[in-house]
Amino acid sequence: MTKKDDETQRVQYLLDIEYHYAAGELATRFFTELKEAGRIMGMRCSGCHRVYLPPRPVCGICYKELKDWVPLSDEGIIVGCTVVHLPFIDPMTGEQRPVPYGFAIIRLDGASTSIYHFVDETDEKKLRVGQRVKAVFREPRTGSLHHDIKYFRLVGK
Amino acid sequence: MEGTMTKVSIVGVAQTRFEERIASLAINELVYMVVRELLHKTGVSMKEIRSIVTASQDAWDGRTISGMTINEVVGGYLNAEAKVAADGLQALLYGAARIMSGEYTLTLVVAHCKESEGTPHAITNLMFDPFTQRHLGLDDVTAAALQARRYMRLRGLAAEDIAAVAVKNHRHAKKNPFAQRAGDFTITDVLNSPILADPIHELEAAPQSDGACALLLASESKARTVTDHPVFIIGMGNATDAYWTDRELGEAKALRQAASRAYRMAGIEYPAHEIDVAEISARYAYEELMAMEALGLSEAPQDMLARGDCEIGGRLPINPSGGPLCGNPVTVSGLVRVVEAYLQLTDQAGEHQVHGAQTALAHGAGGICGQNQSVVILRRE
Repeated sequence: MTKKDDETQRVQYLLDIEYHYAAGELATRFFTELKEAGRIMGMRCSGCHRVYLPPRPVCGICYKELKDWVPLSDEGIIVGCTVVHLPFIDPMTGEQRPVPYGFAIIRLDGASTSIYHFVDETDEKKLRVGQRVKAVFREPRTGSLHHDIKYFRLVGK
Repeated sequence: MEGTMTKVSIVGVAQTRFEERIASLAINELVYMVVRELLHKTGVSMKEIRSIVTASQDAWDGRTISGMTINEVVGGYLNAEAKVAADGLQALLYGAARIMSGEYTLTLVVAHCKESEGTPHAITNLMFDPFTQRHLGLDDVTAAALQARRYMRLRGLAAEDIAAVAVKNHRHAKKNPFAQRAGDFTITDVLNSPILADPIHELEAAPQSDGACALLLASESKARTVTDHPVFIIGMGNATDAYWTDRELGEAKALRQAASRAYRMAGIEYPAHEIDVAEISARYAYEELMAMEALGLSEAPQDMLARGDCEIGGRLPINPSGGPLCGNPVTVSGLVRVVEAYLQLTDQAGEHQVHGAQTALAHGAGGICGQNQSVVILRRE
C-alpha cells in the first residue's frame, strides 16, 4: 500500500436507527419514585447487604434476587472526577456542550454502587476525589436521572 | 470425539415465551427470567458456574458490548464470560469447546434478542457492504427474496412448494406453547398473505420476535450428578461461505460442509435414516427445503414434505416446534433449536413430542443468505 490518505476515497454513510429501549419493571419503578417523590431509590441485597443503584434483578456477587427498595440520600461523595475540555454534541439538546465542565462518579450516601453526573465546578483544585456533593433537581421532574438531576454541587464538609 | 477430549452433555434448558413485543421487560429482566428458570430446573447454583458464553448483537441491542447488559443476570462477575456476536448456535459451539478442553465442568449458554426495540430494516441493512451495496437499501428480507427466486429456479419449485413449509410449521406451532404465531393455514392462505418481497409472503417469513433461551452444558461426569437423562453432543460442525454475491446463492454449500463435519464426528453415514428429528433455522420457508437438501435429509424435500414425512408422526419430523417461522428472534434462532432438540430427546416436548427420538439435529445460520452455518447432533443414552 503506497497511496497517501488524500489519494484514496472515503464513502459516507449516515446511520439513523431509532431504538425504543424497554426500561422494564425495576427501572420503571425507579423512575416513577424519582418523578413523583423526588426520591432516589436503591435495592438492597439480602445476602451481602450491598445497596445497588440503579436497580437490577440480581446481586452480581451473591446472585440473590433483589427485592428490598431503600431510599438513598441526594448527597454523596466524589469517587472519581474530571474536567472535560473536549467539546461534544449533547444528546439531550443536540447542541454542542460548552466546555469546560465537570464530570464525576458519585457514591450517594447509603449506596454501594455509584452514578455518574455533571458537577457545576470546573476548577480542578476544588473538584476532587473525596469531595462531598449534593444533587440539584430540575423542576418539573420527568422521571429520568439525567434530566431530573441538573447536576451536583459541591457542599462544605 | 476422540482422544482425551471431555464428552459434552446438555443437562437442562429454558426458553421465554416469544412475542412480537415484550414491552414490559428490559433485556436484563428477560434474560434473568430464563436463567433463573434454568437454574431452578437443574438444581445447579450460580456459584458452581465459572464459564458463561452468551450470544447477542450490538446493532440489535442498540448498545455496543451488548453482553454487558446482562452481565449480572448470567453470573458474569469475575468469571470466564464471553459473548458471541452471531447466531446462538455459535455460542453453544464455543461453550462446548470449553467443556471439551477439560477446564470447565459447567458452561452456561444464553442467547437473547428483542427485535422490537430497534428498526429491523435499518439494522439488517448494516450487514451489507458499504462500498457497493448498502446504499441501495437492501435488507434481510430483500436478500432472502433474491435467494429464494434463485433456488426455486434451480430446483424447478413452485410457489406452492414453498408455501407448504409454512403450512406445516404453523400447524406444528399450535402444539408448541412457546410459539408466537400458529394456525391451520392452507397453501392459499399463505400465498394470499401480504407479499413482503416476491416470492416471500408474510407467512413465509419469521415474524418480528422478542425472547431468550438458555441451556447448561456439563462434562459427562458432572452431568451424572445433575440429571439422570443427559443429552450428549455427539457431533458439531460449522462453515462460512463466500459473500452472498460471490457464491452460487441457490446452493447451501456452507451448510453441506458444516453438516459433513458434524456427521463425521458423530459417526453418521446416512443422516436421512439416522436422524429422528431435526430443528432447522429456517427464518424463511424456502430455507427449510434448502437446508433439508444440504443436510442430506432429502434430495427432493418438496416431495418429502408433500408426502407428510416431515410432520410430527412422520418419517423424519422437521421443526416440530414450528421453527423460527413461528417466532424466534435472530441470534436466539439457532440456540433455541438445540433447546427444542433437547426437549425431544428427554420426552419433555409435550404435545409436539416426536415419540422415540434418539438422535436429533439442530441447525443455526447467520449472515446474509445463510453465509455462516452450523450443525449440532444430539443423542440420548
